[in-house]
Amino acid sequence: MSTGNTTGIPAQGRNDALPAQGRNDKINYASDQQVRWCPGCGDYSILKQVESVLQHHGRPKEEIVFISGIGCSSRFPYYLDTYGMHGIHGRAPAIASGLRSVQPDISVWVITGDGDSLSIGGNHLIHLLRRNVDLNVLLFNNEIYGLTKGQYSPTSPEGAVSKSTPMGSTDHPFNPLALCKGADGTFLARSMDRDPKHLREVLLRAEAHRGTSMVEIYQNCNVFNDGAFEIFTEKASKALHTVFVEHGKPLLFANGTKGIKLDGFTPVIIDLAEGKHGVDEVWVHDERDSFKASILVRLFDDPHREGALPRPFGVFYVNDRHTHETKMNAQVAMAKEKRGPGDLDALLRGENVWTIN
Amino acid sequence: MDTTTTLPPKKVEAREKVVILFAGDSGDGIQLTGAQFTDSNALFGNDVSTFPNYPAEIRAPQGTLAGVSGFQLHFGSVDVFTPGDTCDVLVVMNAAALKANLGKLKNGGIIIANSDGFDAKNLRLAGYPDVENPLTDGSLDNYVLQSVDITKLTRNALEGTKLGMKEKDRSKNMFVLGFIHWMYSRKLDRSRAFLAKKFANKPDLLEANLRVLQAGYNFGDTSETFTTRFEVKPAPMPKGTYRNITGNQGIAIGLIAAAQKSGLELFYGSYPITPASDILHELSRNKHFGVKTFQAEDEIAAVCSAIGASYGGALGTTASSGPGIALKGEALGLACMLELPLVVVNVQRGGPSTGMPTKTEQADLFQALHGRNGEAPIPVIAASSPTDCFEMAYEAAKLAVEHMTPVILLSDGYIANGAEPWRFPEAKDLRPIIPPFANGSAMDPAAFHDSEGKFQPYARDERGIRPWAVPGMAGLQHRIGGIEKEDKTGNISYDPKNHELMVRLRGEKVQRIADTYRPIRLDSGPPEGDLLIVGWGSTYGAIRTAALELQQEGHSVAHVHLRHMFPMNKGLRGLLKNYKKVLVPEMNSGQLRQLLRAEYLVDAQGLNKIQGMPFTSAEIKAGVIDLLKS
Repeated sequence: MSTGNTTGIPAQGRNDALPAQGRNDKINYASDQQVRWCPGCGDYSILKQVESVLQHHGRPKEEIVFISGIGCSSRFPYYLDTYGMHGIHGRAPAIASGLRSVQPDISVWVITGDGDSLSIGGNHLIHLLRRNVDLNVLLFNNEIYGLTKGQYSPTSPEGAVSKSTPMGSTDHPFNPLALCKGADGTFLARSMDRDPKHLREVLLRAEAHRGTSMVEIYQNCNVFNDGAFEIFTEKASKALHTVFVEHGKPLLFANGTKGIKLDGFTPVIIDLAEGKHGVDEVWVHDERDSFKASILVRLFDDPHREGALPRPFGVFYVNDRHTHETKMNAQVAMAKEKRGPGDLDALLRGENVWTIN
Repeated sequence: MDTTTTLPPKKVEAREKVVILFAGDSGDGIQLTGAQFTDSNALFGNDVSTFPNYPAEIRAPQGTLAGVSGFQLHFGSVDVFTPGDTCDVLVVMNAAALKANLGKLKNGGIIIANSDGFDAKNLRLAGYPDVENPLTDGSLDNYVLQSVDITKLTRNALEGTKLGMKEKDRSKNMFVLGFIHWMYSRKLDRSRAFLAKKFANKPDLLEANLRVLQAGYNFGDTSETFTTRFEVKPAPMPKGTYRNITGNQGIAIGLIAAAQKSGLELFYGSYPITPASDILHELSRNKHFGVKTFQAEDEIAAVCSAIGASYGGALGTTASSGPGIALKGEALGLACMLELPLVVVNVQRGGPSTGMPTKTEQADLFQALHGRNGEAPIPVIAASSPTDCFEMAYEAAKLAVEHMTPVILLSDGYIANGAEPWRFPEAKDLRPIIPPFANGSAMDPAAFHDSEGKFQPYARDERGIRPWAVPGMAGLQHRIGGIEKEDKTGNISYDPKNHELMVRLRGEKVQRIADTYRPIRLDSGPPEGDLLIVGWGSTYGAIRTAALELQQEGHSVAHVHLRHMFPMNKGLRGLLKNYKKVLVPEMNSGQLRQLLRAEYLVDAQGLNKIQGMPFTSAEIKAGVIDLLKS
């Protein structure tokens, strides 16, 4: 974003009206509960960055709600001293949609995992996105079922060996952001637990967006699926296998020596070091371009394949479509304007009455 | 109408009550005809009770028995409690409608048949052997048969209009409606006003419908075959102002009323399902009351969105029928654990599985009581009539809000679509509903803060109710969820003794709801005697009619009708002991009977009907007499 501010929050972000806007380290959002994730779990890093984002906005604790489903990530609400609900498996989007419908002014976050949101709760996720309910979804993707101790998940790659797939998974995995794009999500982003600075930037953007902000976070499960995203997160391989997208900037990677060019609709890697290609050929990211975003989310190659396209991170797509609750509230307001505020006696009476004396 | 001809004077005979059954193809406009004639009679001052009965298919194969749609109307100058066991008049638009319903007509009853619906094709589709026409073969000699070519008369009335033949034929039901108004000496005003509203933007159709309506009325006047009109005087109903209401309307209005009286926003999350969808339709028409309707992606999302709304401080409500309630089961357990208000309406239909979507049944009582994992006690109440649907929806919301619990309200397809006159209350007379908000006057803040001033979301008042703390309320942030909670703090706890304590506390909280009930009251009959009929739900009208008749005939029979299925009225235990025998009529295989036997060690006997059709009062009467004799 070329707005000039360091956070990348658009000037019309929804928290501008808050007097506490700006860095506020005084509020301690941590709850008194002991965090019980496994030592070394990627969830710790995400919790820390979420706290940091909350502190940045400085919203009063009572105006923030975390709703989760079931799974390791879904314990998240217990660790923050905000309002929170640990719901049932897969249903956090539905619970949050009802909450948001009647509470238009609070900050709502849905915490979910790959099993929770893409398997048992897949239906709710796509409908949440098409309705564009104003909330943030943090999808902790660790490509494994952790809480049930290690079965393959809907994002595990084909061939993944797990407790339930000793001979390797036969299922083709979901590409979560491609699915969300298909459901017309209005804010699509990817980050990772091992890059706290990037994660924080993305979360700030997500909180500022009005509508469903979908943030897929690659999260390492060091017990059941350690190193699943190593190639994207470790220094030695990160530069070659990832591309960090920014609005208005070219898709460069490998320390600027390589770029991605759109050859028609096909993304191809071009080498900028050889002198045959110039940076002016490189695809310039436009997060408002729906069609290009559809291609961007499809950069999903197996990173171990020779010549694989790098995996993109950052904010892929932003769209300002109206939110579900603004339309819902507008209809209520319109009905009140047209018919006057409801008169209970008139409702009880109905249209045709008769009297017996 | 030619006013110069002198018409022979028509006789007018008085009737105390009349049962008419309109029947035809599901595309014949039977439901509309029935509903309109019901309104005219109700406005005139008759007591009315109706039973719409239609196939699950929107347009079932024409002319077949499976495609027959019926609307039964019982109206009288005396109290009527049911749509009637048998019919005085059968109006049939085709051969299939006659074949499907002739068994319901009294000997000597009147048949008004559209002769055009008895051609060779219709007779074959209806399965008449060798396409013998019952209108002409003498098989209906025991009845008063009036064969009228309604199709032709309708077309004649519309001669010269621009309407095509199909559109003309679609007005046939208006001819029937006009004629039946003549036959029962009713004015057409109400139906005219209805048509004017319905076709406000379609002047051609309005004109056509009004013409055919009048033609039907005039036909009665001019046709020489009809020599008798009937008159049903107004019923001696309690003084007051009345309207007509169906059960589903009653539920929708009851929920809105409860939201208004409690000062809560009404949120209704729902997925379309027969026969509950009309509640969604009715509520979505009333957004000026601040009602928020959410047509969810599935039944689970419907209930979960309602739970989310309740967490957000609104009155979260949802409705469905059996299959949908099954899907909501896990979320109902969550609501039980969260101890948040939630109203769940089950408009029951024939089951199991998809079962019979448009037919009625009472077979989800056990599902309501037990259909969850773990011990998840949820109060269950049941509506007994269309007007009682209003009362019970209001009661469900009151219990849910004031006791911080999900509540299941059982209705069924019979009363959901059936209508009766309602002496509606005034808003000011409705009981107050006081939400136990943590920052409100209903709760004592000291009771749910620990000695250090920390908020305890699961501390309870003397009724066992926890405070309702809503996002936005400062200093009351807390986390809740489906995992077992520690008493008072609400923190996650796997402590064995704490779990047992919490199971007990949740159970006791619900049991204490019985303290708020009024003392148990008989619907009719002596306080002790030979036999007590224990009913629940929509069997009310049939049981009441039967019980009153049995009492008049000198039998020592009483009737009690349960509204609170769980927890039950504490007075029931003593009452059951006052009778030698107990009979439990139900549209299932004996679910309430089993509960009564288990809870009260009483030798209750069942009278069970599982045909997708309500009991007739004659069936109840026969069941009582059989048991009295045994």
